[in-house]
Amino acid sequence: MTLLKIENLHTYYGHIQALKGIHLEVEEGEIVTLIGANGAGKTTTLRTISGLIRPRDGQILLDGQQIHTLPAHRIVEAGIAHAPEGRQIFSTLTVTENLNMGAYTLAADKAAIEENRQRVFDLFPRLEERKNQLGGTLSGGEQQMLTIGRALMARPKLVLLDEPSLGLAPMLVKAIFDTIQEINARGVTVLLVEQNARAALKVAHRGYVLETGRVVLSGAANELLRDERVRKAYLGEQ
Amino acid sequence: MQFIQQLIQQLINGITIGAFYSLVALGYTMVYGVLKLINFAHGDMFMWGAYLGLTGFNVALAMVGQAGGWSILPIVIILMLTVALVGVLVERIAYRPLRSAGRLAPVISALGVAFILQSLARNVYGASYKTYPTGITPTGGLSLAGSARVSTMQIIVLITSFLLMGALYLFVQRTRIGTAMRAVSLDHDTSRLMGIDVNRIIAIVFLIGPGLGGVAGMIVALYYGSFDFTLGWSYGLKAFIAAILGGIGNIPGAMLGGMLLGIIETLGAGYLSPQWKDVIAYAILIIILIFRPTGLLGERVAEKV
Repeated sequence: MTLLKIENLHTYYGHIQALKGIHLEVEEGEIVTLIGANGAGKTTTLRTISGLIRPRDGQILLDGQQIHTLPAHRIVEAGIAHAPEGRQIFSTLTVTENLNMGAYTLAADKAAIEENRQRVFDLFPRLEERKNQLGGTLSGGEQQMLTIGRALMARPKLVLLDEPSLGLAPMLVKAIFDTIQEINARGVTVLLVEQNARAALKVAHRGYVLETGRVVLSGAANELLRDERVRKAYLGEQ
Repeated sequence: MQFIQQLIQQLINGITIGAFYSLVALGYTMVYGVLKLINFAHGDMFMWGAYLGLTGFNVALAMVGQAGGWSILPIVIILMLTVALVGVLVERIAYRPLRSAGRLAPVISALGVAFILQSLARNVYGASYKTYPTGITPTGGLSLAGSARVSTMQIIVLITSFLLMGALYLFVQRTRIGTAMRAVSLDHDTSRLMGIDVNRIIAIVFLIGPGLGGVAGMIVALYYGSFDFTLGWSYGLKAFIAAILGGIGNIPGAMLGGMLLGIIETLGAGYLSPQWKDVIAYAILIIILIFRPTGLLGERVAEKV
């Protein structure tokens, strides 16, 4: 079943056109990755989906319902959580408070919030150890765990992960990608944006290649891994 | 002994005035927190609290023949709600449309609102000094060590302001909406991604800040006995300075800054000379800011990664 369907998406920053007619679909239960160079429009695509930027043309459907006309906080209620690029955690809030903000849409449902927090702690035991620490005092890897954990607090149908491996040590990168698969195995659909194309394609079911605001290639992840053009442009092979 | 008694008296007076500054400073600091805007209209909302209190007492006198005692409670509640409503409307009309217009335009808009509120008060109530009906301000007090005294009015001021500030602090630290306020102060976009309706949180800030300011306006008028339409300018500016002193955007900072400013000012006036109190107070302020430009409890502006 198609969970997310993006049709002919056009997004601008002022006069600069960032997305020039993106088409994209995410099936329920999939991990789909967007790869491409800097400035290809990967982050813009995610920010348009979550409502931080309004598209000028095209539409975004979640479960067949239009969401691109909704304000960002309603899109979270509709079931999309976004872990933004650069680990935008709330630095002067504690780990627990950060997680609670992720569950903001659950309002007074204390039992559900508690249950979700426990799930996040199961996934990232480190966060439980540091639950009373301020977000800004965590290490880079812990902040990334918090960003992902926070996005999972609302029990989203779809989670958007923007560059989760950026700036992490190689060992942590592997752990983060393992976690992404684990999250997916627990029933959350994932749309993953990554510079690390090889690692992303290894965990993803399907992938889209973006170049200057357009989808230039798409297909099963293992096929993209073998594709000549992908290997040359994004996997660093000669 | 004489010296100690005098010092205690000065401290009591200083803390009382400091409590006013703190209550008003909270309004500046909370708005700065969520919008990074100096709401110059805040002092005039506070001034309107004093005038609305005057009207409230006069209406109470006309209706039930007395304005003291418990009749003060409905007056406080109505005035608080009215000033809070003005705050929310001002944000909606004068600030929200300018939110993406850079830093300068909203500040000018805030100054515009300040002048409008001030002129409105002068036109409605007149330019002369106003006094509250007699018999409302509680009299009497307690004698402390020797000649030092704390008046009933001071006790009321201190209890009320500490209760209000304590309640606000708990609200901001412990509740879901309060935590969301702190989140919005840090980052609007990320707050949106949490499902927080940022506009709603900002509206709540504009309910609470002016609400507290309005009550402070009434208490200041009660304490001093008389005021005019420039109350918001003179007092508001000092409260703004108190907010900067404590670290603007920081709620405990506003409370601390207000108290400090009140105490420094009073000690300066008492021990040196009343004419020189502002010189002393602001010289100290400048010195503190030279060493701590972000204010006493202000955080260093976080560098964006």
